Amino acid sequence: MSNTAVMSAPAETGRAQAKPKMSVYKRRKLMTQAAISICRFILLFGLCFMIIQPILNKISVSFMTEEDLYDPVVVNIPAHFTTENYTLSAEIMSYKEAFKNSMIISLTIAILQVSVCTLVGYGLARYDFPLKNLLFGCVLLMIVVPPQVISTSLYLHFRFFDIFGLIKLITGNAINLRGSVLPYYMMSAGCMGLKNGLYIYLIRQFFRNIPKELEEAAYVDGCGTLKTFIIIMLPDAKPILTSCFLFAFVWQWTDGLYSSMFLGTTKLVSTSLSRIVDSLGAFIMRELGIQTSVSVAYSNCILSTGTLMIILPLIILYLFAQRGFVESLAQSGIKM
Amino acid sequence: MKKNLNGKVSGLEKRRAWTGVLFCSPFIIGFILFMIKPMFQSFMMTFCEVQVGAGKFDLVFTGLTNLNKAFRVDPDFSRFLLEGFARMIVYSLAIMVFSFFVALVLNQEFHGRALVRAIFFLPVILSSGVILGLETNNSVIAMIQADISDSMQGVSITVVLEDILKTAGVGVRAYEQVFTLIDNIYDIALASGIQIIVMLSGLQTIPKSMYEAASIEGCTAWESLWKVTFPMVSSIFLVNWVYTIVDFSMRTDNDVMSKVSDIMVQNLNYGLASAMAWSYFVITIAFLALSSFIISRRVYYYE
Repeated sequence: MSNTAVMSAPAETGRAQAKPKMSVYKRRKLMTQAAISICRFILLFGLCFMIIQPILNKISVSFMTEEDLYDPVVVNIPAHFTTENYTLSAEIMSYKEAFKNSMIISLTIAILQVSVCTLVGYGLARYDFPLKNLLFGCVLLMIVVPPQVISTSLYLHFRFFDIFGLIKLITGNAINLRGSVLPYYMMSAGCMGLKNGLYIYLIRQFFRNIPKELEEAAYVDGCGTLKTFIIIMLPDAKPILTSCFLFAFVWQWTDGLYSSMFLGTTKLVSTSLSRIVDSLGAFIMRELGIQTSVSVAYSNCILSTGTLMIILPLIILYLFAQRGFVESLAQSGIKM
Repeated sequence: MKKNLNGKVSGLEKRRAWTGVLFCSPFIIGFILFMIKPMFQSFMMTFCEVQVGAGKFDLVFTGLTNLNKAFRVDPDFSRFLLEGFARMIVYSLAIMVFSFFVALVLNQEFHGRALVRAIFFLPVILSSGVILGLETNNSVIAMIQADISDSMQGVSITVVLEDILKTAGVGVRAYEQVFTLIDNIYDIALASGIQIIVMLSGLQTIPKSMYEAASIEGCTAWESLWKVTFPMVSSIFLVNWVYTIVDFSMRTDNDVMSKVSDIMVQNLNYGLASAMAWSYFVITIAFLALSSFIISRRVYYYE
């Protein structure tokens, strides 16, 4: 509580302290406290509302019919309530298939990335070996290098994939891995997925704080290296691993860059959402058989519906996990 | 690493070193295969023309042609670069201030703190990947928001304040910048989810006894904010600054980056694309290194 009054109304606190009389002092203090709470409530309410408002707007828009969108009287509550937007955007995005694919890929990728990053983070935190600092420098470099810089080369690398010329020797041709999911799994296994440097950094930071005595006690009691890692270290690291897993899952779920680069042909929710407006035009053309352009308002309405459908699973996940997620990150004590 | 009397590394130490290397081996292999090689290759491509043929691709050395094209022939690139950079600096500063402020408030104890925290970290989900790019050009949502603000007859505190300050004639350019930031506070709040968490974690490492000592010495709350809190989290500012800059340069709604992927995927001009990506990267890194050097000299480390 000592830093409760740090932010708001510092002048009042100063004045309150100057008064010598106890009862007046107490009353003043109570009043300052009340004033601070009210100010804080207004401020936080405004900011929270600002963050949530777009979602609320999207929800209300997603239940409107097209005529409601043009009606100047209708702002937030739809006059003609409909769920048609949902069925339509589910069909356009091929939601079921995309959802299944995204679920499988995000889950497996997240598990793979987090387990590999845990190994590397543990190795960097608990062992001494030559060039370790250089290696950690490489991790930092990886956080800083945007994937776009290497994407041109990776694109060609997987277009003409080869392991030291071996495959060419046997079959006479390099393999084209573009369009398959394999390259991305390979990159994830090598810690080169989306924001993996950050996970390594966080996990390393966590393992560094575990006292050395714990490890030594395990060795004395006859645990091997692997056993120490699995039985002693991993259960302790559960909170930070959960956070990293959530990050990996969420970022993979909504990722557009890697997905369009490596998983282009697989139907995913993120890529089908980014194409939803074009697909809507194509869909209507196919249904009506004539060339029409979809109105901006309606395509945006479908876009909002699609966005809602995609973030819904994430929000549900977040509601279940947020407590552990936020608290564990807030308590891990990240330091440079 | 300890060495024994003969100057050799002892057996146990050696074995431990190898175990460490083994733990890190996925990263070492991945880094060489998917980072060093592509980085080197795309660096080469910057100075070459890439000709994609059947079953292979060739690099033809062309010198500085690609860089010349990027900066002097392409109509958009240098403009995007400059604008993106100015935006990045202003927004990153705003994000630092905002995350510090919000973390201070969220670190206090009040009813419903868990709910408020949950809402503030929602942007981690909302501002990721494709959603962010789609969010910015959704005109129906923009229309609704315009409707709502119209219904208040255009009276908002910021507009009134802006009018007052403008007629008073105080340093107009600087104030305009501040007001654009306030108008775009939604963007700032969306971009600062992680930064708030990191800042909160920093605030929680400050021992309570420090504040007690400060208040016994006669510090007011305001003074202890600047004399205790601020120095104690100054290292977190550095972490946040680096993260913000990096995050900003990788965002999907970044003009430079979308230009690069357009040129790569649509025009298939790999040489020009890597020239652009590399020049952007080098400039960002140079800026990052310079600014974090300046910040790190002022950081206070408490041991």
